[in-house]
Parts: sequence; structure tokens; C-alpha cells
Amino acid sequence: MSGVDLGMPSFPDAARQAVRDAQLRHNLGNATNTIRNKRAAVVGELDDWEQLRASGAAIKAHTLSNLDSYLEQFESAVTAAGGTVHWARDAAEANRIVTELVRETGETEAVKVKSMATQEIGLNEALASAGISAWETDLAELIVQLDEDRPSHILVPAIHRNRSEIREIFRREMAGSGTPAPADLTDDPVQLAEAARHHLRDKFLRARVAISGANFAVAETGGLVVVESEGNGRMCLTMPEHLISVVGIEKVVPSWRDLEVFLQLLPRSSTGERMNPYTSVLSGVTAGDGPSDFHVVLLDNGRSEALADEIGSQALRCIRCSACLNVCPVYERTGGHAYGSVYPGPIGAVLTPQLYGVESEDTASLPYASTLCGACYDVCPVAIEIPELLVHLRNRTVRERKGWFDRLTRTAMRAMGWVFGDSGRLARAQRVASLGGRLFGRRGIGRLPWPLSRWTDARDAPTPPAESFRQWWERTRTNDEDGR
Amino acid sequence: MRVALFATCLGDTLFPDAVRATLRVLERLGCEVDFPAGQTCCGQMHTNTGYHEQAVPAVRAFVSAFDGYDHVVVPSGSCVGSIRHQHGIVAEHGGDRKLAEAVGRVSPHVYELSEFLVDVLGVTDVGAYFPHRVTYHPTCHSLRMLRVGDKPRRLLRAVRGIRLIELPEAEQCCGFGGTFALKNPDVSVAMGADKTRHVRETGAEVLCAGDSSCLMHIGGLLNRQREGIRPMHLAEILASAEEER
Ligand code: SF4
Repeated sequence: MSGVDLGMPSFPDAARQAVRDAQLRHNLGNATNTIRNKRAAVVGELDDWEQLRASGAAIKAHTLSNLDSYLEQFESAVTAAGGTVHWARDAAEANRIVTELVRETGETEAVKVKSMATQEIGLNEALASAGISAWETDLAELIVQLDEDRPSHILVPAIHRNRSEIREIFRREMAGSGTPAPADLTDDPVQLAEAARHHLRDKFLRARVAISGANFAVAETGGLVVVESEGNGRMCLTMPEHLISVVGIEKVVPSWRDLEVFLQLLPRSSTGERMNPYTSVLSGVTAGDGPSDFHVVLLDNGRSEALADEIGSQALRCIRCSACLNVCPVYERTGGHAYGSVYPGPIGAVLTPQLYGVESEDTASLPYASTLCGACYDVCPVAIEIPELLVHLRNRTVRERKGWFDRLTRTAMRAMGWVFGDSGRLARAQRVASLGGRLFGRRGIGRLPWPLSRWTDARDAPTPPAESFRQWWERTRTNDEDGR
Repeated sequence: MRVALFATCLGDTLFPDAVRATLRVLERLGCEVDFPAGQTCCGQMHTNTGYHEQAVPAVRAFVSAFDGYDHVVVPSGSCVGSIRHQHGIVAEHGGDRKLAEAVGRVSPHVYELSEFLVDVLGVTDVGAYFPHRVTYHPTCHSLRMLRVGDKPRRLLRAVRGIRLIELPEAEQCCGFGGTFALKNPDVSVAMGADKTRHVRETGAEVLCAGDSSCLMHIGGLLNRQREGIRPMHLAEILASAEEER
């Protein structure tokens, strides 16, 4: 896939806006800090965490390198259990398939289990334009949908909202799409949850079609595993007659036993719980129990291409736990919207450019949205070396982009590279710098011209010293030796 | 023991005091220090920004200057991280087998200052005297690329007269990130502002770290805020001695 315009300003511009929003920074700081500490505490309880993490990484890596055969195995198992598998090359194809499937049921609405894959392809919007209403049933997802906002976190899509903002959204918007919020609703979490429950109840009772994603797809049994905290997903998966699941091809794991590893890694990494409250497994159809009609849409959408990249393919191990978001200092200050992608934070910065290419400025700016501090790698339950991937994708960006600014930067970098190629050249450059320093002649330089103004707008720059270390060494130490 | 000193381009050009301090500590501990004149830069700025090919000259200069030394000491965790983890990648991009071999030969001998003092020389008390309130910021690359752990703190704790104050949220990145500071200045400064707030909370007179680059960023903010808190490289504190005061 190439050149998809995510319809967002590139990261530095979006981030500048976000950083200035004091309320947003406050909400984000609180939320990420809480979840970060919870995760650290429960991970600390397990003395075999590093082994679990290594197993998770190894299972995923093995599956990815044999993905074609595991996917075929998965397809046969689903078919044998009475389900139907569809293959979608890209977002448009997946949306078309799902829309048709819903149409065939004669229904014009569906309930949804929170799913990153359906967000990635813009399914709700595609269904809406076909006259089908898709209702999100995850609490945070509901908040975002009611507000016609975009999710800003993988796991907690409304992380950028606080309680009183949520109360406002409920009071303003709920009536428009079903049971209204009670008039005396306060911002007490219990009341808010109760209002959501009432609002969703009539949707659950009415719905004949459900749409979900999956956390894991078990090749051996054809089972889809959905992990959640609220139980709304289980309502969607069991009550309606028709179930359509959109699943990224990287979600497959070989066997039932592998879940033993992931069902420990995922909840501890994502919500900081020892075990998630609801784990649902769906394998085909059974008369009189659950959906009578079961479709799985296996989504590629750039994944095959990412898989072909020896280093980049690591990103496909991701189990979307969002631990990397919660520890990322950049995410903490900007929130998810700045990334202009459904996958924000460190994983988004390495996944999005791979799924959509680096042709557009939006995606090309993402690998640079990191200080490479490495906190993301330390928490990742499948040990994705995100900093290494970021640097790898920066290199790809440099190689593939050919605009005037890119060429200018490349020329400058080549010139500096040339200086660093020879100590004599570096020494001459240093003498120029120290001359500049003497012109300024005071401690800390105030304002420098562009592009260094990006440094000095808020920080003082050090004054170049009168003598570099090299000059000092030559002056004081090299009477009788060549310095090698 | 004979060791080679890698000043790093930043240390050599902008922070020679930190490099001289490193030299002083090493010599005080009985090392015979060489400064190979052919050295330039580790190439990190190029590599981290994605210019792997343009980093080749720096990597070439580095290995030719330091090939053959048993110990190369560097007053920067970040540069050592780059040498250990990225020189191989750069050599591969240059498509040069000989360079890759040289990288494989040289990089295992390269140590960040606290690693060298604690692991190689087996010293935690370097005989320093520094009667001031100090807080220490463990830089990300020392922490997560090199895993130096508490070595710098052990060295600081052994300094006579020092009052070492814990820095709140010490392990949070300061927001420098090399070219990140220029590409995303707003986020960089927001992160740095939180770092300087925590530094102020400690009431320390001196902010210490093992990387001149991070100190340049945090120090640049402190200086602009007219805080009067002095950024100092770990080596500068370790090099302070009673007799020199
Ligand atoms: S990259 Fe790792 S830490 Fe981040 S969401 Fe994926 S699995 Fe979780």
C-alpha cells in the first residue's frame, strides 16, 4: 500500500498543538502514570516474566515465518467447524466483504466489540455510507463514538477524557442514538457506567448482527479468542445470530497451548491485571448456542509487505497490549491523536509507516516521533525492539524520500559525514566553532538562527570553548609523541 | 594500564572540561592514557537520524583510530551504545566486509566511564572530594542500552563530602533525543521542563549525568530559567579532589 493520506498534519505540527493543551496533558499524565505503576507491580510479581516474554516473542516469530501454512490450517479448521473464511487484501476489500455480509442478513444495524482491525480499515464509516449503523459497545469506544471523536489509545480510546468531560458527552449525545442519559447524571464513575449500561442494553437485545476482531486466532482449532474487561464483548459474541470477525493475518498462533503464554502476558501488560475478566473463545457454529452464522475476514492491508522486511516484520508480533504507549514519554505529552493513525505511540510509529508506506509526510514523520529512550522495548511483552525498528524505518525514509528538503538534508548530512571522516577536517571545523564562541563571548548563547532556533527558542546553547580538547591535548601533551 | 580516550565529537568540541576530567580520573588511578589523534565521532547523529551510509566515514575513522587498544574509555553512555549496537549496522550498509570485521574487533573493547572504573579497574572510590548537594540523572542510553545500573551512583556515593539527593522520576527521558530536539522541539522542551522541575524539587546545587548531550539539553533549560543549578558531567565530580581546591 502506498501514499495513504491519513488526513492529519504530520507529527511535529500535531504534537505542538497537543503539548499546548494543558487539560489534555494533565489527563494523559494521570492516566498513563496510574496504569504504568499497576503494570510494573503485577509484572514484578512473576519471577519468570523474562522467560514468558521470550516465549511470547519466540512463538510469534515462529508463526510469522510460517504464516502461510498456519493461515491455511486456520481456514480449514474454521470451515470444518461450520464457519466461513474470507481473505481481504486491503481495507476496501475488507469493508466490501463485511458490508455485503451484513446486507445479506437484511439488517441495518450491528453491535461491535472493540477492535483495532475494524478501526484500521474505517469499517464504521464504510458501513455508515451503506446505511448500516455500527454501535460500539466498549465503554471507552462508546464515549469516543458518541462524541464523534477519534480514539487516542489502543486500549483506553478515551484516555484523553476525564470524568466530567464524559458526563457532558453522555448528557449531550446519548439521546441521539438510543436510551438517553438520566437528567441528574453526575461524574461519579458508577453512575457513568450505569448510564452506559442502560444505553447499551436495548442495543444488545435488539441486535441480530455482531462485528468483532480477535486477539488471537488459533490455527489448530480455528478458534477466535477475544479478551476483554467489561463483558460487553461477550454479549455481542453470544446473543446475535450473525457474527462477522475482522482479523489481521498476524493474529494467528499455532496451538491452543500457546494461549497459556499470551493470556499471562497480555492482561499484565495492558491493564495491569493478573488475569483479564472475560476471555471468550469462538470455534465455528453450534446449533442453539451462540451465532448460527460465523464469518472470519482475514485482513492483509500491508502486513505481507511488512512481513517481507527482515527487521521491520518484528512489529507484527505486537499483541496490542499498549504497554509501550503508557511508558512512552512522547505519547504521554502528545496523546494518540498527534500520531494521526489508529495505532499511536511507539508501536504506531513503527507499524503505521510499514502498513501505509513513507511516501506521505504524515507517515514519514512517525519514526522520528521518539527520543529512542528505549522504555518501550523494556515493557514490550513480546520483546519487539522498537528503538531499533525506529532507526531502521528512519533509514528507509531517508532512502525513499526525494523532496527538495530531503535532498537538502541529505547534502548537509553528507557534508557533516565528510567532516567526521577525517580528524583534520574536524579540527578545522572546531576552530571555526570556537571563533564563533569568542564572538558571543558569554556563558550560554541566547538565540540562534534557523534551524538552530528550534533549539534556542527555549534552551540556551553552550558557548563553544576557546580551545577544543584536541587543541588542548596538542598544546600540553604532544611534545614527544605522535599521539598515534 | 594503557587506555585510549575517546573524547566524542561533542565532548571534544563543546565540553572539553568533561573530557579533561575523564583524563584526570584515569591518570589518578594509574592509567596511561592515549588520545588517538585520528578520532572524530561515533556517527550516532547520522545513524539515529537514518543516514546510515553517511555515517560510514565516522565509523571508519573510529575503528582505525582505536583498533588494537585493549581499553577504550568514553565519557558518554550514548556514544558507547551507538558503538556497540549500531556500528555493525552501519558497516553492513557500507557494504564493506573489512569494516564489519574491524567493528567486530574494536567494539568489545569500548567502555563507558563508570563501566570501566567499576568493572575493569574494580574501583568505586576514586578518591574524589566534592562537598555539594548533587542529584543524578541516569541517561536513557546508559540505563537501557548499556544497563550500567547503579554503577554511576556507587561511584558518586563514594565521593567524600557529597550529598546525593534522589531525583524524582529519575528514569524518565529528559527529551533530548539527538535530532529529536530539533525535529520535535515542542515535545522535547515539554519533557525537559518536567525534568528540570524535578531537578529543582531536589534542592540540589548540581545536576550530574554521564552524558554531555543530555546535560546540554537540561542545562540549556536550567540556564534559560536562570536557576543557578550547575550541570556537571560525572567525570567532573569524580575528578574533583581536596588538594585541588
Ligand atoms: S509493541 Fe509491544 S508493548 Fe507495544 S502494544 Fe505491541 S505488544 Fe504491547
